[in-house]
Amino acid sequence: MKRQLARLKGVKKWLDPAYSAWTSIATHKLRSFLTILGIVIGIAAVIALMSIGRGAQAQIMSRIQGLGADLIGIRPGITMAGGVRGGFGSASTLTLEDAEAIREQIPYIAALAPTFSAYQQLVAGNQNMNAQVIGTTPEYAFLYSLEIAEGDFFTDYDHQRGSRVAMLGANVKQTLFGDESPVGQQMRIGGNIVRVVGVLKSKGAVWASPDDAAIIPLTAMQQMVTQPRTSRGERVVTSIALKVSDQSQLDFVTQQITELLRSRHRLAPGAENDFSITSVQAVTQALSEATGTMTLFLSAVAAISLLVGGIGVMNIMLVSVLERTREIGILKALGARERDIWGQFLTESAFLTLTGGVIGVVVGCGTSLLLSRLKVMTTLLSPDIIVLAVVVSLGVGLFFGFYPAWNASRLDPIEALRYE
Amino acid sequence: MIKLQQITKTYTLGKRDLQVLKGVDLSVEQGELLAIMGPSGSGKTTLLNIIGCLDRPTTGSYYLDGKEVSSLSSGELAAIRAKKIGFVFQTFNLLPRLSALANVELGLKYAGIDDRDLAMEALRRVGLADRANHRPTELSGGEQQRVAIARALVKRPPVILADEPTGNLDSKSGEEILSLLTELHREQGITLLMITHDPDVALRCQRIIRLRDGLVVSEERT
Repeated sequence: MKRQLARLKGVKKWLDPAYSAWTSIATHKLRSFLTILGIVIGIAAVIALMSIGRGAQAQIMSRIQGLGADLIGIRPGITMAGGVRGGFGSASTLTLEDAEAIREQIPYIAALAPTFSAYQQLVAGNQNMNAQVIGTTPEYAFLYSLEIAEGDFFTDYDHQRGSRVAMLGANVKQTLFGDESPVGQQMRIGGNIVRVVGVLKSKGAVWASPDDAAIIPLTAMQQMVTQPRTSRGERVVTSIALKVSDQSQLDFVTQQITELLRSRHRLAPGAENDFSITSVQAVTQALSEATGTMTLFLSAVAAISLLVGGIGVMNIMLVSVLERTREIGILKALGARERDIWGQFLTESAFLTLTGGVIGVVVGCGTSLLLSRLKVMTTLLSPDIIVLAVVVSLGVGLFFGFYPAWNASRLDPIEALRYE
Repeated sequence: MIKLQQITKTYTLGKRDLQVLKGVDLSVEQGELLAIMGPSGSGKTTLLNIIGCLDRPTTGSYYLDGKEVSSLSSGELAAIRAKKIGFVFQTFNLLPRLSALANVELGLKYAGIDDRDLAMEALRRVGLADRANHRPTELSGGEQQRVAIARALVKRPPVILADEPTGNLDSKSGEEILSLLTELHREQGITLLMITHDPDVALRCQRIIRLRDGLVVSEERT
């Protein structure tokens, strides 16, 4: 019983500064409320904006990661015509022979698919549309982890024979066939009749989405569309996609391919590459950095409002010290040391900002959840943001309360007692 | 208990030096009841502030309880005030946002004592047990001064310093406060130093010293 009482007294002693801080805050309700509001807005903004930034980041990442981080894409380089740069892929420098050389000479390749694509008119019944037609090998499906909604992907046999068969992207199927099943039906690509063998599941709006394309065997494509040739007689392709068997070798493989293609294309040392190699990992990194920068920028904007809130706290604490000069004198006469006074005012400002911080966390999380619930944007809340916000709010109180508290503690007791 | 030797105090006001105390010698025995009188500007309050360790003398030595305190740091002086000195002011100086009881508890806080019962007992002693939860604004002047006395007395300091404790009160309340102070002095053997303008008040003390222009000009026993 006695020990319990002693412990209670210990707790009371610990709570005492918080209690005095509370009484003085409660004395000026409106003023304290407005001061706290500044911190609430700052902290809520930090939390809401950070969760928006991180939500966007996570969303982009998950969509790209869906492609697989072990993918590498090779596209032809840029044409230079009279000093005008064409876009990537405008040059006709990448060939089927390049693809075969890569497959034969480069290690760690799990799958490889050259593509030769062109925009063609697709017609089925009385529906028609313009879409990208991708001529490639069956490995393409494995490379991009394409899922089949119905039917089957065309086979190696189809590829060898140059069968006139097509896989349709989800949107293409919807446009041409509506809700009917197209498997086994015939349609036209350009002037050629093809048979639909399957439909792909929708991947949504991701990088290189096949939803809006038709995929046919490369050999069939070569019969249907005239394939350009380079000056050395090699057959031009639109891109080469490949998947590495060991993700840790991604950089090595990229480098090996670069050397191989440079030598095959007879590029002089120091000349620019006439092709570009992009790995999904590199794209992911670049996007991650970009969205990270955005998150940082949003947080910085929010931090400014927090700074303004902090200045508000300092202002109020200075006023409060001035108003309570006489009180400080009385406390000193009663034997308060400088650190007692200092501690009391510092506790008070920390109490103000911590209260603001906690309310700010609630408001910020609420805003974030609401935005997500209303599908305005994707947000991602994580405990570290919340802990950070609370710690920062406490830090703001200590930082901006330091000077007013120090001022208070240094007051001369006699002058303070005489203050009217 | 209190021994002052050649205490001087000089304030610098702008470029002018103002010597408020010009060499005060004073000895006060333990348990003594002493009145300090003198016209305004004679240095009474400055003297009381130095005795109360709120201020340091410019020159001279001050022994409190046998210990030289004139050269202590502000933190050490605060510790002495917390344990050994109780102040009673003319304007009461209670904290307006705290209850009477909480005000009295403040007197214990810096002495390192945490005991609400003691505070309540002190309030009872000054006859305000039933007003413990009232704010100072809800109390009369006399009642406020009684709370202030309870606050000064609650930590049982050897010395209580009162600066015109009845100066802001009507004569009836003033008389009550005075009776309370003299009673406490008698009961608890406290050394009580009191500044006053009122000769009748001074006559109730054991000894009267008079200050004029920063010097003790007369000393009489009643």
